[in-house]
Amino acid sequence: MPTPPITVPPVPPPNQADPPGAHQHKGAVEGSATWSLTDRIGLAICWALGLLFCAIAVAIVLYLLVQGIKFLRPEMLWTPAAAGFEETETGGFSDALFGTMIVALMGIALALPTGIAIAVWLVEYGRPAGLARVTESTIEAIAGIPSIVLALFGTVIFSSTALGFLSRSSEGVVFGRSFFAAGTMLSLVALPLIVASVREGLNSIPRHVREASYAVGKTKAATTRRILLPTCRPQVATGAMLGLGRIIGDTAIIVVLLGATQNFAPVEGVGFPLDYLRGAGTTLTNFVYEASPTGNLNQPQKAYAAAFVLLLMVLALNAAVDVVHRRARKVGTWSH
Amino acid sequence: MNEEHPEEYGPRWSDQRVERMLGALVCGVVALLLALIVTVFIRAWPSFAHNGLAWFGGSGDLEEQLNAISLSAQTGGEFVYTFHAWPLIWSTLLITGGAVLVALFSALFVAVFIVEFAPEWMSNVLQPVIRFLASVPSVIYGLLGVLVLVPFIGNHLVSEEQKSSVAGVISLTGYSLLAAVIVLTLMIAPLMVSIFSDGLRAVKPAWLEGSLALGVNRWRTTWKIGVRSARPAIVAGTVLAVARAIGEAVMLAMISGSVAFAPNPADGLIFIYEPSRPLAPTIVKNIDQLSSPPFNATLFSIAAVLLFSAALFSFAGWTARRAMSKYLAP
Amino acid sequence: MEPLTYPPPIRRLPLEEGEPATEAIPEQHGTFTTAKRSIKAPQFSIRRMEIDEVSVHYGAKEAVKRVSLPVRQGEVLSLIGPSGCGKTTLLRSLNRLTELTTNARLSGRILLDDVDIFQIEPTLLRRRVTMVFQQPNPFPMSVFDNIAYVLREQGSRRARKKTLEPEVLSALDRAGLLEEVKDNLDHPALKLSGGQQQRLCIARALAANPEVLLLDEPCSALDPKSTQVIEDLIVKLRDDVAVVIVTHNLQQAYRIADHVAFMYLGDLVEYASATQLFGSPREKRTQEYVSGAFG
Repeated sequence: MPTPPITVPPVPPPNQADPPGAHQHKGAVEGSATWSLTDRIGLAICWALGLLFCAIAVAIVLYLLVQGIKFLRPEMLWTPAAAGFEETETGGFSDALFGTMIVALMGIALALPTGIAIAVWLVEYGRPAGLARVTESTIEAIAGIPSIVLALFGTVIFSSTALGFLSRSSEGVVFGRSFFAAGTMLSLVALPLIVASVREGLNSIPRHVREASYAVGKTKAATTRRILLPTCRPQVATGAMLGLGRIIGDTAIIVVLLGATQNFAPVEGVGFPLDYLRGAGTTLTNFVYEASPTGNLNQPQKAYAAAFVLLLMVLALNAAVDVVHRRARKVGTWSH
Repeated sequence: MNEEHPEEYGPRWSDQRVERMLGALVCGVVALLLALIVTVFIRAWPSFAHNGLAWFGGSGDLEEQLNAISLSAQTGGEFVYTFHAWPLIWSTLLITGGAVLVALFSALFVAVFIVEFAPEWMSNVLQPVIRFLASVPSVIYGLLGVLVLVPFIGNHLVSEEQKSSVAGVISLTGYSLLAAVIVLTLMIAPLMVSIFSDGLRAVKPAWLEGSLALGVNRWRTTWKIGVRSARPAIVAGTVLAVARAIGEAVMLAMISGSVAFAPNPADGLIFIYEPSRPLAPTIVKNIDQLSSPPFNATLFSIAAVLLFSAALFSFAGWTARRAMSKYLAP
Repeated sequence: MEPLTYPPPIRRLPLEEGEPATEAIPEQHGTFTTAKRSIKAPQFSIRRMEIDEVSVHYGAKEAVKRVSLPVRQGEVLSLIGPSGCGKTTLLRSLNRLTELTTNARLSGRILLDDVDIFQIEPTLLRRRVTMVFQQPNPFPMSVFDNIAYVLREQGSRRARKKTLEPEVLSALDRAGLLEEVKDNLDHPALKLSGGQQQRLCIARALAANPEVLLLDEPCSALDPKSTQVIEDLIVKLRDDVAVVIVTHNLQQAYRIADHVAFMYLGDLVEYASATQLFGSPREKRTQEYVSGAFG
């Protein structure tokens, strides 16, 4: 199942530094000089690979930074895309930016309550045991399904006439592509992360806290709502942000379920905002895909600009997760 | 208790009620997954029925077959389903296999490094780096690949003679196996590193201390005892990475090439420069054909194969971990 | 650095060349207990390790304060004392395991056959001075592999199973475990009983052919029957290796030790032969501890 980011502090290595104080023995400390040749080559490989990964990460960040600054003009953020011959005439990608935010909000709005509910059921109730096992496997399975398959399933669901009101229809054929469709399937992408995170939070609360609440006559539901879940706020936040990160970064579902446009394409009917949500649109990921040489637009400059904005959003989310973790650690835990 | 208000039967959100509601939700999610599996296979059935086992075979030109399928829907005649997906399968095997092997090797060494041998400043740098690499969206990897790596391979790595030597069959433009494997490795390695490190940290310290106290050096202790005890975590991480690699559609659509060509190892070293198209990107690339029934069945049949392989790998991993626990739990 | 040789040269010194035991130790009832000491007193012993004014600091706290002790092959040295008195720390400093703790500092000298152990490479040292821990910690492998592990990792070439088999069997024999496991050496080690696991750990420690065997409360997690088996084993081993055992079980020390060192809050309060320390201790604190006034 997907894992939250590494939070355990690194294990200090046995070779300690020379501390000050009385007559200290250094002598023959175990350094790698005494290992056999194969062992030393292994350590060299470790160093080489570690440094290589660092170098690649730095290269990616720097390159996107340079290209992004070169090509991103602020008006791109609030100008919708337009047709044009020169790339500089084609406007910006504001629709894509809003699209990302809309789809992220919808996805999380669906995934968060559902994920919390499932996690609560798994930890606090969980009867019958067979159903609990099946549910755990289901969540793991959903995490392992490629998003392109989720997208195809979404086309089946949302093309049905029963759900036709959620997207455009013409002559009795339901189009099936809309923000509703994309948002719903994207919530499945975030769901396993939220469930895993909230479960971890609930499991870390010792039993005596629950027993103290039951002992004064509170129901499980009230206990969960008033005591357990508020305590799990860091884990809920972490799960939500990890899910958000995956939603923002997903392209396959958007390409399939949101339509191949660059702008909003609202469906006339009920009025703002449902018109927009029922219609097709685009997000930053879809925009980058289309603007790249593989897509239909071939506007590499705007692709870099959009990619840069996308990367900034993802980095901001990562930093937020870090902050939440650090603050949670400071608060302290129960004595078990 | 309730003598004064006999009409109240306890709190409104009683445990029974909540449990039933939550239970219904959980059943709903399970039902959703089942519906997904069933739908995919039902939609895929026409393609499998018409092709039989030849679906996995390699006869015929795949491009022509795809054209024929979409044409048949437009002309209104009998639907054509002929589809022999071997080039796609072969491409998936090569790219996934290559990426997982390289990623496994590097992730293992990096995880050992982070947990045991890196000085503190190094692991404080390396851990955020790994987290960063894991969170970059796949479309950005694709963009960098197509705008930086592919031209580099096409213009600088592949020589002119190599290009002309296979010119009759395929053109080497830089969209290649090599590019795909490199970027895919970069995408799945961080995931493996974090799972492996968690596994290594969970090894009982008594074993590691016991080994050191017997005079075995730190490197051997970490590998022979630590890595060996963490084997279930290593299997779990690898299985997850394989599932991710098989399902990766967007990045590979941008990098691996647009031709359904089966790279031929008999060509020698050149074959890593040959383009190909794995299963998942094929769906993305042909998504606009979704509404035509025969193509719809074809695309769903590919999805069914993806689903089945992911499930198969999960099961294989679960079996492997059960076998390993023979020596572990008392 | 020259490549590691396999196997390491045997450094066991034959006992006949050693010095005679320094005191004539008559069998006698002590005031400690009415049980007779059932083991025979050692006739000869050889100094193998010398602990010279050793202090260990964990950060600001001084865990061991200027302790000097001899460690001899041919006898069992027992370190006793209440919890937190520094006996485990002192034991762990003998094979430089204290270095694994980041804020530990050691001063003083420890000599192994007149060589400062800090001049010896740590992994080499730990093969000559091996340790058995309080909680049995067999590796998650088969019985055979647990012992073969020690033999294999000594050298740079991987030895084959057939070559290692005699050594493994002899180590199991010395630990008294051979009869019980010889039918199935591939049995997972973690499925053995507690006492068998501990004897496996002792066999593992013996497989390295050490000169000194350190035991850190080896029986505290075991039932009385296993404890007795291991105690008999320890007494049998003392001719070949110098044995240092930490125990908080005074009866055990009385049963198996030849020399006893009583430590309290990091100080070495008294060092004497077992019959003397339990029979007529010189220090008041020893007297109080031995008679149970405090624990």
